[in-house]
Amino acid sequence: MFEKTGVATREMVMTKFPPIERINKGPIAIVECYQKIPCNPCQTACPFGAIHIGEDINNIPERDENVCTGCGMCVAKCPGLSIMIVDGSKSEDTVEFRIPYEFMPLPEVGEKVVGLDRAGNPVCEAKVIKVMNPPSFDRTPVVTLEVGREFLYDFRNFRREA
Amino acid sequence: MREVELLIIGSGPAGLCAAISAASSGAKVLILERTFKPGGQLVKQTHMFFGSESQYASHRGVDIAGILLKKVEEFGDKIEIMLNATAVGFYEDNVVTVLKDEKEYFKIKADSAICATGAFEKSLAFPNNDLPGIYGAGAVQTLMNVYGIRPGNRVLMVGAGNIGVIVSYQLMQAGIDVAAVLDAAPRIGAYLVHASKLARMGVPILTSHTVKEAIGKDCLEAAVVCEVDDHFKPIPGTEKRYDVDVMCISVGLSPLNELLAMRGVEMKYVPQLSGSVPMRTESCETSIPGIFVAGDASGIEEASSAMAEGYLAGLCAAAKLGHVPEDFEKRKAEYLKQLEGLRSGPVGDRIRAGMKSSQL
Ligand SMILES: Cc1cc2nc3c(=O)[nH]c(=O)nc-3n(C[C@H](O)[C@H](O)[C@H](O)COP(=O)(O)OP(=O)(O)OC[C@H]3O[C@@H](n4cnc5c(N)ncnc54)[C@H](O)[C@@H]3O)c2cc1C
Ligand code: SF4
Ligand code: SF4
Repeated sequence: MFEKTGVATREMVMTKFPPIERINKGPIAIVECYQKIPCNPCQTACPFGAIHIGEDINNIPERDENVCTGCGMCVAKCPGLSIMIVDGSKSEDTVEFRIPYEFMPLPEVGEKVVGLDRAGNPVCEAKVIKVMNPPSFDRTPVVTLEVGREFLYDFRNFRREA
Repeated sequence: MREVELLIIGSGPAGLCAAISAASSGAKVLILERTFKPGGQLVKQTHMFFGSESQYASHRGVDIAGILLKKVEEFGDKIEIMLNATAVGFYEDNVVTVLKDEKEYFKIKADSAICATGAFEKSLAFPNNDLPGIYGAGAVQTLMNVYGIRPGNRVLMVGAGNIGVIVSYQLMQAGIDVAAVLDAAPRIGAYLVHASKLARMGVPILTSHTVKEAIGKDCLEAAVVCEVDDHFKPIPGTEKRYDVDVMCISVGLSPLNELLAMRGVEMKYVPQLSGSVPMRTESCETSIPGIFVAGDASGIEEASSAMAEGYLAGLCAAAKLGHVPEDFEKRKAEYLKQLEGLRSGPVGDRIRAGMKSSQL
């Protein structure tokens, strides 16, 4: 299916998430890169060496859940925009996501936006917590959103209300 | 008649890197560029590139052009770029005829030449495919990202390769609605991370679909698409209509290298490289000594490989002219290693096969 639609299946997505205990401990990168392609900026960007690709640039990146600090340095560096940060340590009911968002105008802090799944279907409401767009992100802004915990494995994107 | 040591035709990533490489060895270079801006395809690429650090991965294409042009400037006394200058003929005595500013016509004689002319977009046959509003995807990208012109309001993208998917994303960024992306193939050709970016914005990607016809009186008003079977035959009864004012055709590129054919180098049709390509050595030299090829003109690949090939061709062309740097062998091995790395994975299977069958 994935190769026909570009929408990863739930099983595929789950292989990229660490156990919920790890998510509840603090922020961690979810690297949704499923295909062998000649690419490695995620590995180069990580200051902690938490992403491993190795000698062959085509290898699929592996993120070490024990080394990743969730610092988010890799998010804006990935040309596939396939990395996001999830953090389940903030509350029992919600999770925080940090996702790359390359559309203007940027959302405002506090704004309620429509949470979308991997096929672009609306699934929930999301609240904008922070918008980061420093020069070092090179025009790939990263938006932090608060989302209901039940959407942990569904939420992947958002849309501003018309 | 003007005489130059090394003539490079085309100022895309391949041509610019070839110039930098040759000039750093000591050769004097003239680059001909038919458009008003150097950089080739890079000037309209606003997305981040794949690859590794040595090919500026995760930089945006347009910024890579800037980085390369800055390096070119550092060799100001060795590299000249002539803009609005199209090479229109390439003759046996290494004379190239040039049309400048669409009015001046003159000859240049080159000791050695590198053809880095890039590629052209393939088209697709269907009823009414000549209606205004039907563009090549590259044309739409140029309109949008180079000239800042909105091509329309609602687009149907035909072709789910990297270009189709990336241009669709950039259309969305420009606030233009993308109705769907379709492709006759049963699988998405683009890197799937690019496809997923589009999918999660709600743009349907329809594989095993093709365009049946375009509808419109004076310009495009709608497109009818249908499903195809395993043999790419339309399946009756599966027609769907999309009301769109723009259709982008992105069904692949072919190497642009007629100049080399005219010069008489040995050519071969290699499907894996998307068309007719010159036979060449490991050092990018064609069957005629001193005539080199690099980048998409030698087979459709990517900017990353175009740059590595450009560096390699520039190094070897300069060496043949007598400019052999001390670290020649080391640099050559390094570029070959980069190319091998870029072509090593499963997506490189096709390219590797193509390279093998076009090797002298
Ligand atoms: C939408 C899109 C997205 C892409 N994304 C990526 C990506 O993410 N990563 C990546 O690595 N690659 C990407 N590419 C591919 C990359 O842009 C090309 O592979 C690369 O530009 C090829 O470089 P080149 O120098 O061979 O040719 P080009 O960049 O095409 O340059 C050729 C130059 O030659 C000039 N020229 C042609 N004929 C003549 C003549 N007769 N006289 C004078 N000048 C002439 C042209 O005007 C042009 O400037 C993308 C391409 C497109 C279209
Ligand atoms: S979030 Fe930080 S530590 Fe984790 S992989 Fe990305 S860059 Fe490395
Ligand atoms: S940078 Fe992004 S697209 Fe490239 S390998 Fe890493 S995760 Fe995949």
